[in-house]
Amino acid sequence: MDFYLTALLQGLCFSGIALGIYISMKIFNIPDITTDGSYALGGIVTGVMLTHQYPLYISLVVVILAGGLAGAITGLIHTKLKINALLAGILVMTALYSINLSIAGRSNLPLIGTASIFNALNFTAYVNVNTFIILLLIVVILAGTIGYLLKTDFGIAMRATGNSETMIRALGVNTDRMKITGLALANALTALSGFLITQLQGFADISMGVGVVIIGLGSVIIGETLIGWLRITSVWSSLLLVIAGTIVFQLVLAITLAIGVNPNLLKMVTAVLVLLIVSLPRLSFKSHD
Amino acid sequence: MIKLDDVNKTFNRGKANEVIAIKDLSLTISAQDYVVIVGANGSGKSTLLNLIAGSALPSNGTIEIDSHPVTSLHDYQRSRWIARVFQNPLSGTAPDLSIIDNFRLAALRTQSKGLKIGTSNTFKQQVQEKIALLSMGLENKLIQPMGTLSGGQRQALTLLMSVMDECKILLLDEPTAALDPRSARLVMETADKLITDFKLTAILITHNLKDAHTHGNRLINMAEGQVIQDYPSEKKLNLTQNDLFEWFS
Repeated sequence: MDFYLTALLQGLCFSGIALGIYISMKIFNIPDITTDGSYALGGIVTGVMLTHQYPLYISLVVVILAGGLAGAITGLIHTKLKINALLAGILVMTALYSINLSIAGRSNLPLIGTASIFNALNFTAYVNVNTFIILLLIVVILAGTIGYLLKTDFGIAMRATGNSETMIRALGVNTDRMKITGLALANALTALSGFLITQLQGFADISMGVGVVIIGLGSVIIGETLIGWLRITSVWSSLLLVIAGTIVFQLVLAITLAIGVNPNLLKMVTAVLVLLIVSLPRLSFKSHD
Repeated sequence: MIKLDDVNKTFNRGKANEVIAIKDLSLTISAQDYVVIVGANGSGKSTLLNLIAGSALPSNGTIEIDSHPVTSLHDYQRSRWIARVFQNPLSGTAPDLSIIDNFRLAALRTQSKGLKIGTSNTFKQQVQEKIALLSMGLENKLIQPMGTLSGGQRQALTLLMSVMDECKILLLDEPTAALDPRSARLVMETADKLITDFKLTAILITHNLKDAHTHGNRLINMAEGQVIQDYPSEKKLNLTQNDLFEWFS
């Protein structure tokens, strides 16, 4: 049981990535894969700040700013230098690997006896349940904030930027600046996931970001499928379903491990799982005649 | 109101595929004029409109709007004067956003889009009353995505959206080219009504010579990036449709 609870906790930690990918991919229609780098950046910055005994809230602010900066750089490269968004993301992600390594000074930062957001409040004596409650609170605040943002005038302009660029420019929005802001927001959320997972697992690692973008993509696609089935149009429900997507994703992975799949194959299983989800609507078992 | 002085626009300058879209063009359009522009494909009509709107910047020459120099301002900076309706009904609206969200953005064309929720009930009521004037039965479908509407409905709504916020200049780039005759008539009638009611300065590009004859108070014929004929109000009244047809035969 604890095994599945851990998967659930991981899923909640990853909801930042899922919301980030939802913003870049679904709202702005930009395939941003800075994610791998900005997630590890979030983790590494958390590790460095906490081992140097900085208080949690300062660490949190620095993590969010660092992730936002990474996203803004991708956005600047994409909009100002007119470089394909995928390439811009790859460039920043690659550069971030070195940056992360120099910030950390080594490849792994264990957090021993440092402050943790999961000890900040105590609701029950059961560690995992306490962590669950704290994560749930964080996720609710996160989804609430993003949901509110998307309903404001600024949020509508954000959604229009990814939907009809000619229209929104004619209505007085600087779309370049909007995209840079959007990518900054998406990567700040991703870095926040790095902040949470580092404290959940008790260490930051230089390679923690490898393939993490696929978790976000998979979660968003699961969420989208649910949104499609349930014919949801409300912004709030869409966000909740995207977060539900991350949890489903982690649980499916946990089940895969539980039935005895070699953990070395985990990334491949992840990739195949995403492929399945993406292709599911297109797979038809009826013959076409 | 709009003043272009010796404007040139060259695409791909110095390359094999160089195109001179606008050549030494000077044009003054007074406030509340309704100018109709005709001309063959490639004559520079759309480029002229893009230069005025700011989605293309001139290679040289100057542009003024309302006595403000705007030559190097981008389209999103000129939206404080200009509203546009595009040839493609998809360009003027955001298909995945609801009608009400589209109207909310249009209502903020000259203002910044801030961090407050603006689609209040009062706002919805305002939009409902405006849309009811079209008698298309759309006033109770405000939360429906724009993409579910027909091209004619979207063009008519784009027109209405242009007067949701203070508007001085309305640019119409073949707004009825993709529409059936009935929708086209409705869109042109709505445009005429809004231009009169809101005292707008308007520019209409059209290939429909009947529309060019009926609408507007000034007619311009363009060819090879230049104005070759210019008929102000009285002279335009004396033109017959046959005169127009002869220009293109």
